[in-house]
Amino acid sequence: MFLNSLPTNFAALEVGQHLYWQIGNIRLHGQVFLTSWILLGALLVFISLGTKKMENDPKGLQNLLEFLWDYIRDLARTQIGEKVYRDWMPFIGTLFLFVFISNWGGALIPWKLIKLPSGELGAPTADINTTIALALLVSLSYFYAGLSNKGWRYFEYYVHPTPIMLPFKILEDFTKPLSLSFRLFGNILADELVVGVLVFLVPLVLPIPVMFLGLFTSAIQALIFATLAAYYIGEAVEEHH
Amino acid sequence: MLAFDFFGATEGGLFDINATLPLMAIQVVALTYILNSLFFKPVGKVVEKREKFVSNNITDAKNKLLEVEKLEADLLIQLQSARFEAQKIVNEAENESDKLYKEALELANNEANASKEKARLDIENQTSSAREQLFKQADDLSDLIVNRLILEK
Repeated sequence: MFLNSLPTNFAALEVGQHLYWQIGNIRLHGQVFLTSWILLGALLVFISLGTKKMENDPKGLQNLLEFLWDYIRDLARTQIGEKVYRDWMPFIGTLFLFVFISNWGGALIPWKLIKLPSGELGAPTADINTTIALALLVSLSYFYAGLSNKGWRYFEYYVHPTPIMLPFKILEDFTKPLSLSFRLFGNILADELVVGVLVFLVPLVLPIPVMFLGLFTSAIQALIFATLAAYYIGEAVEEHH
Repeated sequence: MLAFDFFGATEGGLFDINATLPLMAIQVVALTYILNSLFFKPVGKVVEKREKFVSNNITDAKNKLLEVEKLEADLLIQLQSARFEAQKIVNEAENESDKLYKEALELANNEANASKEKARLDIENQTSSAREQLFKQADDLSDLIVNRLILEK
């Protein structure tokens, strides 16, 4: 199409193109896994370096990791509540870290320099599969949290405060993962597209503020995703009388 | 190229959902366990240990402060009573010395008065005896004069 036919190949917009991996009968989006493995590898290296020598007086990386831990704990504790936040903190923290490094990694690392046969590397969260996977995990988590904490009494939540709420509460179980996944997917994809279009039109200077805005959006989206996940879990384990 | 196929697209598209989804979910679950053992547990242990340490120290310090305040209050009371005592002793001593001074003064006055009185009495006695003697001599002299005048006649 015309985007690729232009002589200056600073940037080309590719939407909906994937690097397909075929394993037996199943097909995978290779670029999503490639970027996520690179980013997760970096995260794990970073974390193992920071936790290698834990001291009582934290220094350097340990400080940063402790700040991160504290931040995640506060997030989980305020949303889920003092009683069970400990069980869910790793999950909420993993969601936050995964979404955050995916968003920022997608925005900060010049993936375009690496040529793929088809599709392009980018934020793993700009692929609908990733965000739906995360959102479904959140759904499973809050069901599990509710059932394991309150047993069958969990379903009282659906008729609370009145049975009129029942259809809405059931509807909510579908809208929650839908909104979670599409919010993240849409924001990150839109951010990548806006930057891509701007870089394509004006390759110098002008995209920079938009890139900063993109970084801001990316961080906010990670926080929103983790906060909402924690809130849903908190809602499921909450005791109302 | 801006392929925009919805669900059911066989190839490509923004909403191309395939086995990436479950595999990504498995990957995230695995990541949760890995991060739990590499990050959340060890960091949590260290942070909570330190928090406990700090809160223990704060409790200790608070207890010590309470003790110090109690001791301070005790000392203050002791100090006040000591001051009161000292004031009392000083007052007593002042009174005592005042009394002694007054007594000594009175004694000295009395003595002085007594010796003055004695001196006055002495002087009076001597004066009267001198006067008597003078009278007697005058009488003698007059007798002598009278006798001599009578004899010449």
